[in-house]
Parts: sequence; structure tokens; C-alpha cells
Amino acid sequence: MSPNTAVQFKAQATRLAADLEHRQWIFKALRGYEAKRDECKARFQNWEGARQAAAEIKYDTLNHLDRYLEQFVHHLESRGARVHWAADARAAREIILDLARQNQVRFIIKSKSMTSEEIHLNEALEAGGFEVFESDLGEYIVQLRQEPPYHIVFPAMHLKRGQISEVFQQKLQAEPVTDPEALTMIARRVMRQKFCQADMGISGVNFGVAENGMISITENEGNARLTTALPRIHVALMGIEKLVRTMDDLALLLPMLATAGAGQWLTGYNTLYGGPRLAGESDGPEQFHVVLLDNGRTRLLADAEQRDVLHCIRCGACLNVCPIFRNVGGHTYGTTYQGPIGSVLTPHLRGLREWKHLSYASSLCGACTETCPVKIDLAHHLLHNRRNAVQAHPPFFERLAFAGFQVMMRHPALYRLGTTLARWLQPLHGLVQGTALDPARAWTRSREAPRLARESFHAWWKKHRRTTSPS
Amino acid sequence: MKITLFIPCFIDQFYPQVGVSVVKILEKLGHAVEYPEAQTCCGQPAFNSGLWDEARAVAEHALDVFQSAEVIVTPSGSCGAMLRVFYPQLFAGTPRYDLACAVGRKTFEFSEFLVRRLGVTDVGAEFKGRATFHDGCHGLRELGVKDEPRQLLRQVRGLELVEMDPPEVCCGFGGTFAVKFPMISTAMGEGKCQAIAGTGADYVISLDSSCLMHLQGLLARQGKNIRCLHLAEVLAQSL
Ligand code: SF4
Repeated sequence: MSPNTAVQFKAQATRLAADLEHRQWIFKALRGYEAKRDECKARFQNWEGARQAAAEIKYDTLNHLDRYLEQFVHHLESRGARVHWAADARAAREIILDLARQNQVRFIIKSKSMTSEEIHLNEALEAGGFEVFESDLGEYIVQLRQEPPYHIVFPAMHLKRGQISEVFQQKLQAEPVTDPEALTMIARRVMRQKFCQADMGISGVNFGVAENGMISITENEGNARLTTALPRIHVALMGIEKLVRTMDDLALLLPMLATAGAGQWLTGYNTLYGGPRLAGESDGPEQFHVVLLDNGRTRLLADAEQRDVLHCIRCGACLNVCPIFRNVGGHTYGTTYQGPIGSVLTPHLRGLREWKHLSYASSLCGACTETCPVKIDLAHHLLHNRRNAVQAHPPFFERLAFAGFQVMMRHPALYRLGTTLARWLQPLHGLVQGTALDPARAWTRSREAPRLARESFHAWWKKHRRTTSPS
Repeated sequence: MKITLFIPCFIDQFYPQVGVSVVKILEKLGHAVEYPEAQTCCGQPAFNSGLWDEARAVAEHALDVFQSAEVIVTPSGSCGAMLRVFYPQLFAGTPRYDLACAVGRKTFEFSEFLVRRLGVTDVGAEFKGRATFHDGCHGLRELGVKDEPRQLLRQVRGLELVEMDPPEVCCGFGGTFAVKFPMISTAMGEGKCQAIAGTGADYVISLDSSCLMHLQGLLARQGKNIRCLHLAEVLAQSL
């Protein structure tokens, strides 16, 4: 099973990288994002300082995660919320399914949550006989198309208006309009009914605040508010790494998330949730559940070299600047989390053997590291993943090739001899160029091959300089 | 100052004129240049492939070769980053860690050395033409070299420098990435070529011959008459 994910990735990447229309569409969308992001960054007095502070907040929180989680849970429970601990994806699904069964739930409405994608919650709920509706517009569109989100922040960014209209016509018998406003109205009409019908609302969590046990949710459409306020049961699914210490921490991280994520100063709605409706309160759910998900996170926490990957606030900025993502698109990854963060994280969540290829599908340009608002050194983590992959599953032929490389490079005489031989052989390359026998085919299919110089620098030096400056 | 040259293996083999140009410029500025002939490669290809043991073996050889150098100058942002940024990682926890850090600290990318260390921005070069500059990612993000080559280019008489849009995007080379994922690499390179062509430049200048090898290969295949040159070649042309 191991090569399948890699083979699929390569095939899909090869296909999409050649799709000029797709390339231009994504590129244009992300150029727009870049302009807005830069504008927002400029409103920070000191963006670099803010990054440093954000990284330190996450560093401290994770260093004392046990203590902060305890504090968080204590505050939540004291207000009547129920907290559940899920060691892995299956446990989390079971907890949520049980809640739905015990409470005779029929309709479930869900606001956007990548953590729920990570545990494949929708499939599990549907298999359990429950109807689930996504209330976020982009998320709803990809749900109707029966595909996973394309991007962790912009799930439907790959679709043009016409395609959205098409799916609305097919699935909702809607009229053929392409005006964004009209399209939104179609979704809103459907959704309004669902909000009234739903008896359970499921949300993700952007941040949990330890000092007061509040949950922070960031959104732009107001749908999360309705998802969490209207149904009688609210279930919030939260990765345990989403914690911050104080409201002050939140005051820094919310604008950073908005800036890095969507190029917004602040997102449209930022809401704090603290528990079920209490006596005398006029709205809010009767039951409030928080499911705390581990699913590999404590294992990553124990990894001194890569634990800072847990700092991630899922802003998606690294995807946006990643030239690989821009060319292969989000679906190609075949993972919940795409782009650089996905390539670094997925091997931890789903196994190195099957997912190591993602760490190699990078030019290591470092744009991701440069942009990450919490300063995760993504590019170097990719290198670490590669090293770990080699240690765990040594690639035979590559090892052999590099063993030869190593011997040659450690022995200058061999290196000179090898390159001299290559000079003699080079004219023969023309005979096989472009054929299946061409050893440089992966290069020469799309690029002209460089030619070895007639005389190496070493040879030039020997001739012209050695006498004047011996070494 | 006695300057020790590190001419990475592919410059040695494919682009010796880059090394020759560096020698000419440094000597013109009045410095003695030495080139330890036992040098080969920095080990980056193995390192980037995850084969750290093999990379370390090659790097050990480089440490032996360069340990007594006063300063090491290399016309490659990428290999410079290997020495300065990645050697310490590669040797962490080994007895040669300190030496690796020391070698890293005295390593400079060529333009960085001229501008930051020697304080030279005008080498008295002349070059006729319209050119754009490609930031190699390793030089840019690992070494933080961005203004230095531009400062040098602005002093070149006859040269018109135009920036690309978007600037600072990877060309798609990425070492073994270019052959492991040739289509992604090519797509990235095509984007870059478009940005290059958009400037109307006749030349692309960079600090990394590896990026240039990739770009020149693409431009040639596309039939575009744009030439790729290393910064050192431009600066040395009139010397
Ligand atoms: S790794 Fe950094 S840039 Fe990428 S999604 Fe996470 S926080 Fe954002």
C-alpha cells in the first residue's frame, strides 16, 4: 500500500502542473490575497516582532500543555460544559456519534472545521444515519460536489462561479445565475431551513483560552454563530494544541490569524463561547460539549525537533505562498492539510512510510518558513522528514547512488577521473537524448541539458594560477 | 586578505567561467586568492535527499579542506547556505560540530563578501544591456542576501536593471526535486520565465548557477533569446 499515495500524488501533480487554466486561476486568486495581506501586515507596527511574540505564546503554551489544559477544562466544566477526551480519530467519532444517538438527533449542522475533516467526521455521521450539512458557503459547495476542501481556509477556491452555479442547479434545482450575491442567496435560503431543523451543531475551535475556558471561533459569514447557537446541542471539536494562555494572547493571535490567513485586519466575526445556556439566559444550546482530540499530537509533542509544528494556527498562509501548492493545487496532496504544513504534519498523523513523498515534493525554497505567522520552520522540517524517512525505510537504489557519490566526492582524484570520463561520454548523449535510454530524460523532456565545459575550473586553475599562488 | 575559494562541483564542471570571473574580480580588488585543489562538493545533493550520513562523509572532506582558511568565498548562494546553515545541523552532536560552525561562520556568498565584508559596491564593471535579477531561494532566505547583488549591479555602467513581477518566487530547480518531480519543477520554471520575459530583459542574472542552468534550459527549449549569467560573469566581463 505504501507506494500508492506517492504514485497517485505524482500522477495527479503531473497532470495539474500541465493544466494552464488551473494554474492561472489559482495564481490570480493568490496574487489578490498577497496584496491584501501585505496591506494588513503594514498596519502592524512591527510584524516581525508580532511573529516572535506569537511563536513565544505558542511555545510556552505547549511547553506546559498539561497545566493549561487542566485549567481550561476546569473553567469549562464549572460552567456546565462537558469535556470529552479522544485519543484518536476513531474515539472522537464514537464520542460524537454517541452524543447524537443518545439525544435522538436527526439533523446536524456543521460549521467549518479542518479537525473534523482530519477525523472524517461527516462520513462517520452519515454512515451512522445522520444528515449533516455544512454551513460555511465554501464548505457547503465542496460538500455538494462530494469532494474534500481544496484549501484549509478557502475550501472552494478552485471553483469558478459557473461551476458553483452548475452544482446548485444540479443539487438544489436552483436557477442558473452566476452573480456572487445571487449564488450566496441560494445557499442561504437552503441553509436557513437547515439551521431551524438541526438539533445538533458541530463546530471546530480556533483557540481555547486556558485562563477562562472560553472557545474562540473565527469566521466571515456568521454561519458558525448560528450553528452553535440555534441547535439544542453544541459539540466543539478541538485539537489539544489549539490552546493559548490568556485573553491577551488571543488579542495578538486573532489579528495575526486574520492577516496571514485571509489578508483581513480582523475576520468578520470573532466569537467566544463559554458553555451551555444558563438559568436566566435567553439563548445558547442546552448542552455544550467539547471534544479534545489528541490523534498523534502528544506524540509530536514528545519530538523535541519537530514539536513546534504544533504551533500551527491553521492560517493557510504557507499554502498561499507555496509554489508547489500553486501549481499542483490542494486536492493533489490527498490529505486533510495541504501545502507545506500538510507535507510536514501528515507523516506524523498518518505515517511516514506512506506520506514521505510529500516532503520530497518541495524545492525547499523557504517561502513557507518566511511567511508563517508563528515562525514554524517548515522548510527545515521538510528536510528533517526526509532524513527520518531515510532512516526508517532506507531507499535502496538512492542509497547506492549516493554511496558512490560519497566515495567520489571524498577522493578528489576519483572526482577528477569521473568528470574526465563524463567529458568523453558526453557526445554520446546526443544518440539517446529524448529516448527511453536517456539517463537525463527527466531533465531533458522539458529543458535543454547543460553541457560540461571543455575545461573545468580546476584545469584552468592548474594552467593559469597554480604557479602564482600554490595551494 | 587571503581569500580561499570554494568552487562548487557543478560550477567547476559546467560553468568554470564563473569561477574564473570571481578570481579576476577579487584579484583586481587587490586580494590574494587561493584554491585548495582537493575540494569537490559540499554534499548538498545527499543532504537534501535525506541521506545525512552520506552528506556528512562528503562534508567531512570539505571541513578538512577548508578548516585552515581565513575566509571562504563561494559564487553559489545555495552551497554557501549548505556550509553556513546546514553544516552545523549535520554535525550537531558530533566532535566536529565546533569546526563545522567555524567553517560556516567564515563562509561568504560572493556578492555578500564584496558588499558586506569588503564594503565594495563598484568593481568598475561595464556591461551593455537590459537585465533582470533572479533571487536564488537559498541565498535569499537562508543567507539573507538580497540587496548586495543589486547594489553591485546598479554600479555597472551600461546595465539597466529591471525587477520581475512577482519577485522572489522559486524558479523550480530545487536540486533533485527537478528530476524527481520534473513536471512541477517545469511548471514553476515556466512561471518564472514568463515573469522574466515580462521585463523585456535580454539577460537574467543570479547568484546561483544551478537556478540559471534550469532557467537557461527552459528558455532555450521555449526558443527565447534570453541569456542567463552569473553575477560574477557580468561584473568581470569588462575586466
Ligand atoms: S504552518 Fe504557519 S503558515 Fe502554515 S498554516 Fe500553520 S500557522 Fe499558517
